[in-house]
Amino acid sequence: MTTTVAEQPRHAMAIQRGVAGRIMDRLGGGVVQVFLVLVAVFWLVPTLGLLIVSLRSETANNSTGWWTLLTKPAEITFKNYSNLLASGFGQSFWNTVLITVPATLLVIGIAAMAAYAFAWIEFPGRDAVFLVVIALLVVPVQIALIPIAKLYGFLGIFGSILGVVLFHVAFGLPFAIFLLRNFFVGIPRELLEAARMDGAPEWRIFATVVFPLAKPAIASLGIFQFLWVWNDLLVALVFADTDNQPMTKALQSQMRQFGTNVDILAPGAFLSLIIPLVLFFAFQRYFVQGLLAGSVK
Amino acid sequence: MTERLDGPQAPGGGDAAGEPPGPRETPPAGVTAPVAAAASATAAVPAEGAAPPRLGPSPRLAVMFLLPAVLLLAAWMIYPLVYSLVRSLFDASGSRFVGLGNYGSIFTDSSTLTTIRNNVIWVVVAPVVVTALGLIFAVLTERIRWATAFKLVLFMPMAVSLLAAGVIFRLVYEQDPDKGVANAIITTVHDTFSSSTGYPGARPRENDQAPATVQGGAVVAKQQAQPGRPVLIPLVGLSQDVVKDAAPAKAAPADGIGGTVWLDVVRGGGGTLNQVDPQEKGLAGITVEAVSGSTVKATTETADDGTFRFSGLPAGSYVIRLPQSNFTAPFNGVTWLGPALITPAIIGAYIWVWAGFAMVLIAAGLSAIPRDALEAARIDGATEWQVFRRITVPLLAPVLLVVFVTMVINVLKVFDLVFIIAPGSVQPQANVIALEMWRVSFGGGGNQGLGSALSIFLLLLVVPFMIFNIRRFRRDES
Repeated sequence: MTTTVAEQPRHAMAIQRGVAGRIMDRLGGGVVQVFLVLVAVFWLVPTLGLLIVSLRSETANNSTGWWTLLTKPAEITFKNYSNLLASGFGQSFWNTVLITVPATLLVIGIAAMAAYAFAWIEFPGRDAVFLVVIALLVVPVQIALIPIAKLYGFLGIFGSILGVVLFHVAFGLPFAIFLLRNFFVGIPRELLEAARMDGAPEWRIFATVVFPLAKPAIASLGIFQFLWVWNDLLVALVFADTDNQPMTKALQSQMRQFGTNVDILAPGAFLSLIIPLVLFFAFQRYFVQGLLAGSVK
Repeated sequence: MTERLDGPQAPGGGDAAGEPPGPRETPPAGVTAPVAAAASATAAVPAEGAAPPRLGPSPRLAVMFLLPAVLLLAAWMIYPLVYSLVRSLFDASGSRFVGLGNYGSIFTDSSTLTTIRNNVIWVVVAPVVVTALGLIFAVLTERIRWATAFKLVLFMPMAVSLLAAGVIFRLVYEQDPDKGVANAIITTVHDTFSSSTGYPGARPRENDQAPATVQGGAVVAKQQAQPGRPVLIPLVGLSQDVVKDAAPAKAAPADGIGGTVWLDVVRGGGGTLNQVDPQEKGLAGITVEAVSGSTVKATTETADDGTFRFSGLPAGSYVIRLPQSNFTAPFNGVTWLGPALITPAIIGAYIWVWAGFAMVLIAAGLSAIPRDALEAARIDGATEWQVFRRITVPLLAPVLLVVFVTMVINVLKVFDLVFIIAPGSVQPQANVIALEMWRVSFGGGGNQGLGSALSIFLLLLVVPFMIFNIRRFRRDES
């Protein structure tokens, strides 16, 4: 956490002292401080609100604003959470895990192989095929919903977790291949040449030389794909039936009566975001790296 | 139970070990099997070629490495593209060819036209605001010591699902100021600056003896106000609870232009009509206007005992009027989730989610700016604003463009936030193309021909950015 995000400004500090710097010196650093504190509060308050609403009883939420809890913390109760879990929400939490973990691992494995071919094996038409992959980066999910629903119906996997996983794997591939290929290209040629000289089969070079070296890129990709699948609503909405639905779809079905369902929706939404948030803080460095590699090249 | 445990292990473990996870149906099995096939084929290829002419592996090997990815991309992306294109030329049932009819109805049907209008609003507003905020925050965080913490706070919403973000903002935008924090803040600010508490329902008696009457929502005294003749404005229609804590009403002093506004009702009955009785309560904080002709000459407010007095008003006779604002319901905040504001409200949530992304990318770009250019300009006597405007921003232009383009692509596909934040009754007003595509195809619309046309339309909208990405990649590679 301290590395990437922190390093950039530290590195840039000397440069930037000039730019906005001297303007701000004149305005007074205090104004900037106060402004940014306000912005940070502005960004934190909505999530804090969700957390507090999830910890208050329905009657309390209906009578006063959540911010009143700050003056009477005794109102905290975990009853919403226990009610939610008793109502079968645990199953959809588990479904989210069952969808996200395989979809993430499969994307990493399949994309790493393809990226290796694009980076280190020469074959006719390589650049053209890679351009197709880049073109597919921005293809909207909507384009595949109807055809794949038909295909799944034909194959008998409509509504299953398998169908949802495969959809996520396919749509995760263009970005994954793009990210890993760009990283693989940067691996020193000598390392591969040496291994090839030793007569190591390509498969083993991939598994023992390139894959381990690419750990940072794979970590970036892993966190991205994990968040993308974990947080998905649309794919699940179309392809997962009620038994196999992840948390997002389960919560969405409660949205219609938002007012009366806050005691389900608030703890549910909070449960759904706590794991991504923990992962995000733990692997934040890789997240930022992936962002930079994926967007600004 | 076993199913649950086996679920993640089969595909996950299979992937890592290079074994096919063995799904039940044919295409998925075909897709994953080459992982194992590639392993054995790799070993076989060099032996087969005996003496390889060059050190690199053979192109045939590439096929093995690419096969799983190519199969998945072909089956889940390329084939659907073709299928959707064809399907969009047929009607809802899929049996009758309608040519471009579905595309025609996208541009004639009023509900799809609304979605296009909303997408235009989104594309015009959201990417610009997100990029501008990202730039401002990135530059300002250079000035603080807690930049890391600040960036983390702003960046955090990116990890949260859009569904959760939607629930979060449904709570923020709740109409009731006792539930929604946005209206709680707005009403607090409003009440701080506007002291009028408001007496909804208060009105004069409707008879000839009543000294005041209602004209266009305002209460107007029948008697003209003159110095030394206090104006009496007795009102009814308020519950005694409202004035429980109010001071007793008093008759206004006879000097100057003034009078009394009070609740002309005695708890438990009694008292004289249209006269200030000691048990009756004054109405404090009512805005009173002195009108001459059709212009307001002076404005004042009633005191705790209901009396008011215009000081410094030239002698003459005036009509005393209590404007309508005294009697409207108290300000109850903004209707964020109503038809008028729903799209701006959702864009607000979108900005909350994405500003951190823009900030982090732009901050990375800032750190890469060569300091010589800035120093040279400064030595030449450029002001800081000029340096920022003429050097920093142009040098950042490539990053700003990338952020902007990424946001445009993202905004074109916006779905979850609109679906979650807009209440069912205003979804038609908040609708966007991506949501309409789902609604028409799966959400009860029952028209997959139109749905396919909408998905192709969406694809066409992102094609320019597809070309942008390809160009950028080719430039970077060469």
